[in-house]
Amino acid sequence: MSHISPVLWQFLIKWLTHFAVFPPEASRIAPQLDALYFFIVLVSLIGLTIVVLLVASFSILYHKNRHPVAVQIEGSTLLEATWTIIPLGLFLMMFVWGAIIYFRVFTPPPNAMNIYVVGKQWMWKAEHEGGQHEINTLHVPLGQPVQLTMISQDVFHSLSIPAFRIKREVIPGRYTTVWFEATQIGTFHLFCTQYCGTNHSQMIGDVIVLSPEDYKAWLASSTSGMSLAQDGERLFASLSCAACHNTRPDARGPSLAGVYNAKLTLANGQKITADDAYLRESILNPSQHITQGFAPIMPTYQGQISEEGVVALVEYIKHLDSDYRVQQTTTTTDMLPESGGKAAPADSTTAPGKVNP
Amino acid sequence: MSAATIVSLPDQATARIPKDNYLTRENGILSWLLTQDHKRIGILYLISMTFFFFIGGALAGMIRLELLTPQSDLMAADTYNKVFTMHGIIMIFFFLVPSVPGALGNFFLPMMIGAKDLALPKMNLASWYFYMAGGILALWAMITGGVDTGWTFTTPLSTHYVNTNVITTGLAIFITGFSSIFTGLNFIVTIHKMRAPGMTWFRLPLFIWANYAASILMVLGTPVLAIAIVLVALERAFGIGVFDPTKGGDPLLFQHLFWFYSHPAVYIMILPGMGVISEVVSTFSRKRVFGYTAVAFSSVAIAVFGFFVWAHHMFIMGVSSYAVLVFSLLTMLVAVPSAIKIFNWAFTLYKGSITFETPMIYAFGFMGLFTIGGMTGVFLGVSGTDIHLTETYFIVAHFHFVMVGGMLMAFLAGIHFWWPKMTGRMYPEKISQLAAVITFIGFNFTFFPQFILGTLGMPRRYASYPPEFQVLNVLSTAGATILGVGYLLPVLYLIWSLKYGKIAGDNPWQATGLEWQTQSPPLTENFAVMPIMDHEAYDYEWLERQTEARQKAKEVTSVG
Amino acid sequence: MSDSTATAHGHADEHSPFLRHHFESLEQQADATNFAMWLFLLTEVMFFGGLFTVYMIYRNWYYQAFVAASHQLSVTLGGVNSCVLITSSFTMALAVYFAEAKNKKALLTCLITTFTLGVLFLGIKGVEYREKFEKHHFPGTSYSMEAFTNPASDAVATAAGDKPLPVDVAQRTELFFSLYFAMTGLHLAHMLAGMGILLYMIFRAQSGAYTTGHVSYVEYFGFYWHFVDIVWILLFPLLYLINRH
Repeated sequence: MSHISPVLWQFLIKWLTHFAVFPPEASRIAPQLDALYFFIVLVSLIGLTIVVLLVASFSILYHKNRHPVAVQIEGSTLLEATWTIIPLGLFLMMFVWGAIIYFRVFTPPPNAMNIYVVGKQWMWKAEHEGGQHEINTLHVPLGQPVQLTMISQDVFHSLSIPAFRIKREVIPGRYTTVWFEATQIGTFHLFCTQYCGTNHSQMIGDVIVLSPEDYKAWLASSTSGMSLAQDGERLFASLSCAACHNTRPDARGPSLAGVYNAKLTLANGQKITADDAYLRESILNPSQHITQGFAPIMPTYQGQISEEGVVALVEYIKHLDSDYRVQQTTTTTDMLPESGGKAAPADSTTAPGKVNP
Repeated sequence: MSAATIVSLPDQATARIPKDNYLTRENGILSWLLTQDHKRIGILYLISMTFFFFIGGALAGMIRLELLTPQSDLMAADTYNKVFTMHGIIMIFFFLVPSVPGALGNFFLPMMIGAKDLALPKMNLASWYFYMAGGILALWAMITGGVDTGWTFTTPLSTHYVNTNVITTGLAIFITGFSSIFTGLNFIVTIHKMRAPGMTWFRLPLFIWANYAASILMVLGTPVLAIAIVLVALERAFGIGVFDPTKGGDPLLFQHLFWFYSHPAVYIMILPGMGVISEVVSTFSRKRVFGYTAVAFSSVAIAVFGFFVWAHHMFIMGVSSYAVLVFSLLTMLVAVPSAIKIFNWAFTLYKGSITFETPMIYAFGFMGLFTIGGMTGVFLGVSGTDIHLTETYFIVAHFHFVMVGGMLMAFLAGIHFWWPKMTGRMYPEKISQLAAVITFIGFNFTFFPQFILGTLGMPRRYASYPPEFQVLNVLSTAGATILGVGYLLPVLYLIWSLKYGKIAGDNPWQATGLEWQTQSPPLTENFAVMPIMDHEAYDYEWLERQTEARQKAKEVTSVG
Repeated sequence: MSDSTATAHGHADEHSPFLRHHFESLEQQADATNFAMWLFLLTEVMFFGGLFTVYMIYRNWYYQAFVAASHQLSVTLGGVNSCVLITSSFTMALAVYFAEAKNKKALLTCLITTFTLGVLFLGIKGVEYREKFEKHHFPGTSYSMEAFTNPASDAVATAAGDKPLPVDVAQRTELFFSLYFAMTGLHLAHMLAGMGILLYMIFRAQSGAYTTGHVSYVEYFGFYWHFVDIVWILLFPLLYLINRH
């Protein structure tokens, strides 16, 4: 075989080793989706075969030379019913099966770890809870459900990991989420699949699945020393959020301790759950998300924080589980060099404690 | 000779081109540019859309050339983005949407129902001028800088993040939208009010039913696209904020408005093609269409259901899961009438007397390729599989299968089928059959690999891609070259046939439609005497009696 | 082909100068063109309908801001305009009647009155728009929400008893005005087109074109004018009368 030109051979080898016809199944949902995919392929093949056989056999059997006189047939209600009901039945079956998978892809398990992703022209920024920041790469552990909470800084993007069979639009203005559990160690493609301008084709990256030990090692080596929540704490302090959101009896805003996923009643009577989207909205459009019992005086921070900043704040608030922590933040405010020696609030007597990573 | 046997080549030894016909009645460029004759307007459309088709095709060639290599090395990324945007816009708005209705519908709808013209001839001419104005403006926008938003004009990219000719192109599409609305309006009024005596709804040729259904979509859907474009233009020009999240707007609202038209638009594109297939399959099997009523109602069902499935283009965009359920279910429903039609056409062949003239070859190609295209639509309508396949080359392959393998093949089938009637000449049979086969082969090589690429995850609108996708892309480009040849050939031999083709005579295919019962090319007023429809559609026995009667009377076959 | 003619149309029809030759009879012509006109109005419904849908969605989301912004519109002027348009529809209907009655003088009077009322409508609209521009309520870079964050600074807001709005709610008022200008602007464009046609019709009516018994043009234009009127009648309460007391 190598008697053919070595140049051609080189190309051939390169192409064959790189030639793929099916993406790897690297997530828990992938085989489930592939089962449905191949079922539809099978049905399509059968359908196509039937049509081709019908057309081909009729064309041959009833060719003018063999069958010179046509027989005028009006139709057959039985046949109409058959080829209406059977396709409909198959399609409905696929619909149900597909809907089940769809819900599975977009309903994360409770133990999913969260990674924030901010898409912008033309890169992906991943923010891990431990404060690791990545660009165009996503390190995840094997066998651990991972939820991606995503938002765009500018236009519509779409995050796609074909090997995991997941894809989700990343839009400006609100969070979208998707989850997966990686089942194979390796490096897989990450694409932006929603046309987003000049360098849309360059907005690609790698998902690197590591074994749990390797992942821990990576976490330790990539941390900037501050967790995402700590970043958020700094922002909370520098934006003076604690001026209203504290535990003083005359506080102008509700205390944020334990607010994440709590059931709240808003000023207009609406009952909501304070999830990520709510937290983000109340920072950027506070007047529509005022808790009952408080005045609509919170200023909007739209335009003053980037989406990554919001992500950090949301992460911080999610981990705020006690009044003590809120007080800590208040103290931290006073300790920040930027605050220029603000006087400590009267009731802040505790010493700075450890911050949760 | 019995009319139940087909005459493969026109037995028209004595046929002559009639001296008085719609082409010779008046002369001069103004008689064409100011015509109100639906047939001349059809020819105007045919010429102009062919022009736009080849521009769109050249752009496609550039796309495929770029994609030969994994790197973005043939043109700048911005240029590539403009190329695929303009390819989409030109092909959809300036070729596919007006194709069958503009060229064939305009020409034959009145004749098929026994009318002298469409209800509103001046509006018909205006419709062509709107089309040309929009088309020229779009080309102008392309030449003076182009548009790079994708044909879908996704906000906020199109409103805030590009500085290309978005408003000009949007205006061009807005103007062309009027062409579509006027054509659809004309068709609906004509079909309702101008049928010949005896032409009841269920005696109408299925081509009419198909165009009727498409016209409903044109009339009701296009205005919503118009308002979506207006809002994008206002947002761009004045920053009104309807699609800007920082001002309280919702970019997803644009998606809803846009797809509310653009989904019915695909049915606007395919339904008239399906109408052509009904005519062709019936004629070349010498048989009435199997299940006439089912096919007629399927056309209307597709139109009606087609209005309720738009959000299947938005399954992963953040619409609620319950919306996803509803739209996925409705999408399954809209797939069924198309399946019904395919089976009805297949069974039309049963116990027929079949020949393989060029239109029939295109029709067979349609049936196979549209089946594949339609089934791959099911992959996308099923929400679970859509997650993996959407926004990839699977979508590109799907819509090219239905639009090019389906619609364009049907269009070519129709052009070849009615060419003898429009021009009085036959095209050369062997080369046209060859071109049809070349097209079929080229098409499959071009677009089938793209299904695999999509499943692999290759995103659409990418100028560069990971190297392991190269083999399939090379295959696709090779196919595109063959496809290009297949499309070039008809232009050449059809023009050749105008001067050198065999004279066709009235009814070379021995078809049953009213348009075939008069001279080729037809008189300006279509019929010397108003026809009365006293038989069912696709009544070959009636045709047989006609032919016998005529032969008995030994009338000359052409009107002098 | 069969040799008997289709419908027996009256002798008069064949020689009627108004019968277009692709129609078999005046009756068919009238039937078809009437249907066509209604179908065209249906497309207009879809066009405006899209915009109305956008408006209703945002009004639902940002009710508070929309109420405050709506208070800035003058119900008086809007109400007068509504009366003006309704009256012009009445005069238009009269015009159709007089055309059928072959009363050229009355027809002309009605057409001219309709046109004048249209001009009046445009004038009042111009006054409204001007006021909006002056108060910096036109969306864009010079938009000011002062009147909403600080109602005391604005006479209209004070009179309406508006409370000050927080900044992020006040920002949504710009969206209201965007939609206000888009919707009334689209309506205006249709009015202008209508008035252009009306002007043409006045000249034609002058030379007796519509008093010969063939009133289709006047009738169909009447449909169009009534439609434009109805759009305004829907616009007025939607835009001007949100939560008025």
